[in-house]
Amino acid sequence: METVYLAIVLAPLLGAIVAGLFGRLIGRRGAHWVTILGVATSFVLSLYVFKYMVIDGNPAFNGSVYTWLVTDGIRMEVGFLVDRLTTLMLLVVTFVSLMVHIYTIGYMHDDPGYQRFFSYIALFTFAMLMLVMSNNFLQLFFGWEAVGLVSYLLIGFWYKKPTAIYANLKAFLVNRVGDFGFLLGIAAVVLYFNTLDYAEVFSVAPSMADATIEIIPGVQGSAMTVICILLFIGAMGKSAQVPLHVWLPDSMEGPTPISALIHAATMVTAGIFMVARMSPLFELSETALSFVLVIGSITALFMGLLGLVQNDIKRVVAYSTLSQLGYMTVALGVSAYSAGIFHLMTHAFFKALLFLAAGSVIIAMHHEQDIRKMGGLRRYLPVTYWTSLIGSLALIGFPGFAGFFSKDTIIEAVYASHIAGAGIAYVAVLIGVFVTALYSFRMFFLVFHTEERFDARTRSHLHEPPAVVTVPLILLAIPSLLAGYWIDPVVFGDYFGDAIQVAAAHDVIGHLAADYHGAWGFILHGLMAPAFWLAMAGLITAWYIYTQNRAIAGRAAERFRGLYRVLQNKYGFDRFNEVFFAGGARGTGWTLWKLGDVLIIDGLLVNGSARLVGWLSGIVRHVQSGYLYHYAFSMIIGLLLLLSWFVWFAPTQ
Amino acid sequence: MSGLPLLSFVVWLPILGGLLVLALSERVNPRPVALAVAMITFLVSLLLYTGFDQTTAAMQFQEKLSWIPGFNVFYHLGVDGIAMPLIILTTFTTVLVVLAGWEVIKERPAQYLAAFLIMEGLMNGVFSALDAVLFYVFWEGMLIPMFLIIGVWGGPRRVYATIKFFLYTFLGSVFMLVALIYMYTQSGSFSILDFHTLKLGMTEQILIFLAFLLAFAVKVPMWPVHTWLPDAHVEAPTGGSVILAAIMLKIGGYGFLRFSLPIAPDASHELDWLIIFMSLTAVVYIGFVALVQQDMKKLIAYSSIAHMGFVTLGIFLVFPLMDANAGSTQGALLGMQGGMIQMISHGFISGALFLCVGVLYDRMHSRQIDDYGGVVNTMPVFAAFMVLFAMANSGLPGTSGFVGEFLVVIASFKANVWFAVLASTTLILGAAYSLWLVKRVVFGDIGNARVAQLHDINGREALILGSLAFVVLLFGLWPAPLVDVMQSSLENLVAHVAVSKL
Repeated sequence: METVYLAIVLAPLLGAIVAGLFGRLIGRRGAHWVTILGVATSFVLSLYVFKYMVIDGNPAFNGSVYTWLVTDGIRMEVGFLVDRLTTLMLLVVTFVSLMVHIYTIGYMHDDPGYQRFFSYIALFTFAMLMLVMSNNFLQLFFGWEAVGLVSYLLIGFWYKKPTAIYANLKAFLVNRVGDFGFLLGIAAVVLYFNTLDYAEVFSVAPSMADATIEIIPGVQGSAMTVICILLFIGAMGKSAQVPLHVWLPDSMEGPTPISALIHAATMVTAGIFMVARMSPLFELSETALSFVLVIGSITALFMGLLGLVQNDIKRVVAYSTLSQLGYMTVALGVSAYSAGIFHLMTHAFFKALLFLAAGSVIIAMHHEQDIRKMGGLRRYLPVTYWTSLIGSLALIGFPGFAGFFSKDTIIEAVYASHIAGAGIAYVAVLIGVFVTALYSFRMFFLVFHTEERFDARTRSHLHEPPAVVTVPLILLAIPSLLAGYWIDPVVFGDYFGDAIQVAAAHDVIGHLAADYHGAWGFILHGLMAPAFWLAMAGLITAWYIYTQNRAIAGRAAERFRGLYRVLQNKYGFDRFNEVFFAGGARGTGWTLWKLGDVLIIDGLLVNGSARLVGWLSGIVRHVQSGYLYHYAFSMIIGLLLLLSWFVWFAPTQ
Repeated sequence: MSGLPLLSFVVWLPILGGLLVLALSERVNPRPVALAVAMITFLVSLLLYTGFDQTTAAMQFQEKLSWIPGFNVFYHLGVDGIAMPLIILTTFTTVLVVLAGWEVIKERPAQYLAAFLIMEGLMNGVFSALDAVLFYVFWEGMLIPMFLIIGVWGGPRRVYATIKFFLYTFLGSVFMLVALIYMYTQSGSFSILDFHTLKLGMTEQILIFLAFLLAFAVKVPMWPVHTWLPDAHVEAPTGGSVILAAIMLKIGGYGFLRFSLPIAPDASHELDWLIIFMSLTAVVYIGFVALVQQDMKKLIAYSSIAHMGFVTLGIFLVFPLMDANAGSTQGALLGMQGGMIQMISHGFISGALFLCVGVLYDRMHSRQIDDYGGVVNTMPVFAAFMVLFAMANSGLPGTSGFVGEFLVVIASFKANVWFAVLASTTLILGAAYSLWLVKRVVFGDIGNARVAQLHDINGREALILGSLAFVVLLFGLWPAPLVDVMQSSLENLVAHVAVSKL
């Protein structure tokens, strides 16, 4: 099996290298074939791993590939841990990646950077697979930063656009702030466990539950809390949780396929995956879990609200992604890791679908992204329309669709949880349901229904994009519709085994399982739950406002002008960061340079001492006048002084 | 293999080769001769690696001849796992520097190349000398070719820069000479290895430590004696910058490992706070300063200082670790390995970045960031290299820039959480100044008419940058060979400094 695991990661890498280095040689067709072949290989092999691991029930694999370095008794390796959690991630990553690869043939059709694009997305797939297959913290960090690198390259793919190269720098730096915490978290793990290996850390972790750390002298804190919060700061960067979420909306400057692959389905869920992987550690600190829960619920609600006022089709979906990532984080906070991962999976399908559908609209509209200039597109884009509808229903958690199962489980889990912050979080995620339905269907109606708001020239070119675009939409619509029925084993069954560990006191999923009677029962139960009614309310509100009485929207914006402006300014995060952090850093640098280096060190000390020497010698020079009588005179004075000293002060023997 | 005087070879072959280039300058094209000399030296230095015994911390490839018998001075060479990689770094970099000056240096090419070859020999001498007098001769001798390189082939303010460079470094080294002579009077020997075992009182140790500190801190350079470096880099020709950044700075770090720690372990312990304070200041303070530079070379120079902060931090972590863990040196090796790897890696990365600036400077004759913009449009291959090296400079995992920083951060967390917090700011600051540079120079639409005229790198430039990219990725993905070479020597050093001399 080791060969299989190796092949899964190396196939996309090989594709990336060939397409990247020999892109000109193999041409466009060569580039997309070689990368698609690579990713398809990974996908097929992932299916095989699934069969081997889940259907045949073989035990998890944990082994090293090669030793990175060994020093001071710490072995740092590159190695794989393939258990059922990894297997699920493998399927999600390779499937969505494959769909996006195929879709890209159509989307990037006229782009001069075609080969480069395929090389990047295949490289991304490699990095993401390394991340999810890692068996140690070092490789996790490798994959973590490598996906960040490719994300950077892809956001700035259209490097002539000033907004794109601003967005990619911003994305990388904000992620680096998260990684700052993450790296310290890893260092803390090494301090307490003296190893980077997951298995070793997790097996020793329970005995470290009461370990303390002294960060501020004299104050003892729980070491596990510190470790978990530091690691989670990394997750906040990658999974775009408030306040490190600011990079994700801007990342929409990149081409749409990567918005689907990287900034919706896979990379941004790395943080969720990581926390689930670290469940044996997080279970040891309720403080950390509460922290996770609060951050998640803030993100889930407040980022969703921003989706209401966006007019760029991709940005609406981006804010929706932020909000859904918040739901996943909430699930982690209440120890419902399996529900979080389940939502990660369903979300990967329907959000990739929504992004690709948005991309399909964007192609058809000739790169127009403003939903105010669309309308009535369902007549021209039937496949996009129906798949979007499936995606939107899945997103708002319409009973029976994939998102319903995962999101309802999360909401129920929050309800059942007793951890600090669960009460507020429950309110937040419930309101979030209404908001989600409202912004999703606001966009849906404005794009596909309502009157046509574009000119005749655009209309004459409007037609459904080619099959390479629509087939991935259909293939993604299927799991968006059906993946939810997998809830049985994944959430309430024993799918994950010991890949995820939950302390008995936090076991909300176990609590819910007592009332769980199959997927159909879950739907019936859902029909009577508040979440369903809130979603319906949101949907109907959107329908009424945007198809029946559009004036309401304008009047509401007018009526609540202050609130509207707050949302328009995205709560001021961007402005604050721009002034305080970016401006502050430049100001600090400038001050230290001009004051510290130029004025004090160079001006005063270095050149100052040179000037001092010059000044002193200037004075001393006058003594050396060259006139004999000056020298004779000073000799006489000196002699006089010496004699007087001898006479008056000389010590008597 | 052990029979051949390999170390003498890597010291004297380039020096004699340099003289040969000077002598032949009238008759033949000096470039192929210089390249041949540099290549042969590099290949010979690889024999040091293949013939190296990784299991011992003892000096290897030793050569010992009497030189000045009256003062017990010997021509004594030898390397351990600390010096050997630095020698290979030197010989490797010199090959690249010779190649880098190939078409670019039109004025007095023979003298230019000869200066680099002679400097290579002298630097190898510094890394392999085991006799203090011999070391001092190489150490001071090294300044002369560098002085000439900046002074003759440098930019408009080269005179200010050379004088500053010379006085700064000279000031540092005279105190070292005093310390060396003092130890001779105590031990009757100039052997560096004898100094290691010489018993010294606390006051003596502190004075010796401070004397060495002046010499090495200026070389590294550590904050606050760093201001000569940006000026020297800005005025130096590309090759000079590369050698300066890649190797000369390493001599400071090497000095701490070879002299300060083993000779004055108690003083090092007593004054560790000073070094760690200076190192962390370098990381944070200089990181901010680098952010606002307008001149590409100055930016990279400041980035060098910040990165070298990790070297000195990693080396001196052994003492706070001992304090934190009741005398146990657990974690110290991580820090030292990190510091050493950071030195080697910084040699590659900063060398590569200076070469990248050189590539641009050769075409546009400007180092100002504002004069560029959108270089990727006309130089896509170059842009790929530049992005790679900028990423390596910001410590991206998978590049060698990550390895040292990772190990040092882990080790510093073991010593004191706040050391790690401050050191880790490099993750943000390093990325900020490196990638902001890339954004302004490489990305964007074509900035001006001159950028539109640029032509992409040629085969020679691709070869230079390609070889650096190869080693940056190699040691990033697989640092084990480098770590293994240094392991025994650093273990031995850690054990040595843990024992008080008092």
